[in-house]
Amino acid sequence: MFTLKEIKKTVLISLWFVFLTFPLMVIKVDPIEKTVLWRWHNALYVAIGIFCIRCLIEFFRHRKQQKEKKKKNSSDDSQALIHRILVDPRKRNIMLGVLLSLVVIFPFVFDTYQTNIMITALMYVVLGLGLNIVVGMAGLLDLGFVAFYAVGAYSYALLNHHFGLGFWAVLPIGGGLAAFAGILLGFPVLRLRGDYLAIVTLGFGEIIRLILENWNEFSMGPSGISNIDRPYFFGINLSLEHSILYLYYIMILFLIVTIFIVNRLQNSRLGRAWIALREDEIACQAMGIDKRKTKLVAFALGAFWAGVVGVIFAAKTTFINPASFTFLESAIILSIVVLGGMGSIVGVIFGALILILLPEYLRALSEYRMLAFGAILVAMMVFRPQGLISKIRRTYTFKQE
Amino acid sequence: MDYFIELFCSGITRGAIYALIALGYTMVYGIIGLINFAHGEIYMIGAFTSFIVATVLSIYGFPLLAIIVVAGVAAAVWSSAYGFTIEKIAYKPLRHAPRLSPLISAIGMSIFLQNYVLLAQTSDFLPFPELIPDFAFMEPIAHIVGSSDLVILITTTVVMIILTFVIKFTRIGKAMRATAQDRTMAMLVGINVNNVISATFIIGSALAAIGGMLIASHIGQINFYIGFIAGIKAFTAAVLGGIGSIPGAVLGSLVLGLTESFATGYVSSDYEDVFAFALLVLILIFKPSGLLGKDETQKV
Repeated sequence: MFTLKEIKKTVLISLWFVFLTFPLMVIKVDPIEKTVLWRWHNALYVAIGIFCIRCLIEFFRHRKQQKEKKKKNSSDDSQALIHRILVDPRKRNIMLGVLLSLVVIFPFVFDTYQTNIMITALMYVVLGLGLNIVVGMAGLLDLGFVAFYAVGAYSYALLNHHFGLGFWAVLPIGGGLAAFAGILLGFPVLRLRGDYLAIVTLGFGEIIRLILENWNEFSMGPSGISNIDRPYFFGINLSLEHSILYLYYIMILFLIVTIFIVNRLQNSRLGRAWIALREDEIACQAMGIDKRKTKLVAFALGAFWAGVVGVIFAAKTTFINPASFTFLESAIILSIVVLGGMGSIVGVIFGALILILLPEYLRALSEYRMLAFGAILVAMMVFRPQGLISKIRRTYTFKQE
Repeated sequence: MDYFIELFCSGITRGAIYALIALGYTMVYGIIGLINFAHGEIYMIGAFTSFIVATVLSIYGFPLLAIIVVAGVAAAVWSSAYGFTIEKIAYKPLRHAPRLSPLISAIGMSIFLQNYVLLAQTSDFLPFPELIPDFAFMEPIAHIVGSSDLVILITTTVVMIILTFVIKFTRIGKAMRATAQDRTMAMLVGINVNNVISATFIIGSALAAIGGMLIASHIGQINFYIGFIAGIKAFTAAVLGGIGSIPGAVLGSLVLGLTESFATGYVSSDYEDVFAFALLVLILIFKPSGLLGKDETQKV
């Protein structure tokens, strides 16, 4: 498998990368002290690292080829374990029951800190599911998703600050405002082709952030808004610990509702229209699907979820400022969807849990978090575009009588 | 009136820099129909490389002219190497994938490169050494047009002329134009399309690196994040002029530069970046094909 020629090629590639990374990795200058630091060890790390990565890639490619050869002989399509469980109703119910009980007792087993992390992870699961409607199902690459999240968070913060409105009152308002923002943005831009849409949404996201940062009278600028109320429990002001617990259960409930709705949407008339639109716009229009309306609904629904999670975010942290709503946040949510598998609900849940929980527990590696997110986006597209857990397309089998 | 001329000049300078970056976008888009999201990062890496090389050389006491030449060449060489490698890693395997895949890959590459520079160097703003001296003959109008503005304008013009020559009259330029028109047909007549695509990335990256070096010495500081905003603005310029069209990219860049300069000068400087984004949204809504672009018809 590892012939001399292959090894030679790998060594050459490693040397190329040593050259490539030389100025940035090896030299570090201090322009004020006028000193140069030569970090030769980094060149060695790069060489070894690239050598190992290339070997791994070749190894997996080799194994995949062999697998495919075998597959040709025996024609079985192996599905992911999770799908095999989900297909069988009895197994599925058992699994859901176990999962639900695990989730319910989680805060009693672990401490508040862990619960807090879990709330964040759950928020990203819902954000991922929201973006999944737009990117995964309708195939519209939205890079400004965080703008809708910001709309939700700021609507709670401002309404609470100025008018004293409570969490439950603002929850639908925040979602509604975000959905409205989605429609407002969507109207003009949705007729654009995929890649233009990506850039315009990215621009929109940045505009919202810049406005929040600079319009001091409206949003209090970069210093943000503090002392936002936590949610009341039927009018009772809870202690910090209890309100975290309360938020956790709100989040769980909300997640279940979201999964239910998104799952129903996927198989609805609208969901199938999205998938058709993603595959071929012109053919889809010829079949009589209103392109603009269908896309707008996808945009508005995705934005709605982002808005609601934004309200929850503001209630959780009790302090928001524009720095929480940068492009990187959109990129994280996109990584979640891409890693899990575009269009796959189970995949997105796993993707969010992996990408949010892993860096929390591997604190030592948290510096490399964004580096890894970038690498994940590239690697997933190149090696496994369907994601970790790909969705199963609904198929109809023809039964002859 | 002086203020107006000052804004006009700074707008043209801005536009010239945007043009150097926008050309890379437009050339790549013309050939493989991909928005190379990582192009802004190439520009940032060019600025960083020239910063590192120039600082090292100035510490070791080289003369100014040698520093400028070596730093410029190093920036162009390394940026081209990055552009070439990025294409091989992130775009080439996805050439026949659905349209969204290379775009997501490009975004990933952009985030990766940003954080790579952040981790390998620093997150602080670094002072860029002053490479362009104040010319004596510019003294009387120095309050309106700086020396670095003049240098940027001249460099950009020279680079544009060379680029036009390369694309119009050389073999590789001809191959590029052919590939942009019809890739399959170009392959049929014996053009090595892979080489042409690599060449496009190399040329585009070298231009971005020169832009990076010029603007870094003009502004006087750099950090790992400069590529993001510059990239979006240059993209805006490319779209404004009609993406895929080379004269369009230059025209679009000048229009964008002037718009920004006048808007920040007369309206408000807090919203500097908002104007560019707003302009982008407006063009895409009213004239998605840009000023000099052709309308694209979709066929089944």
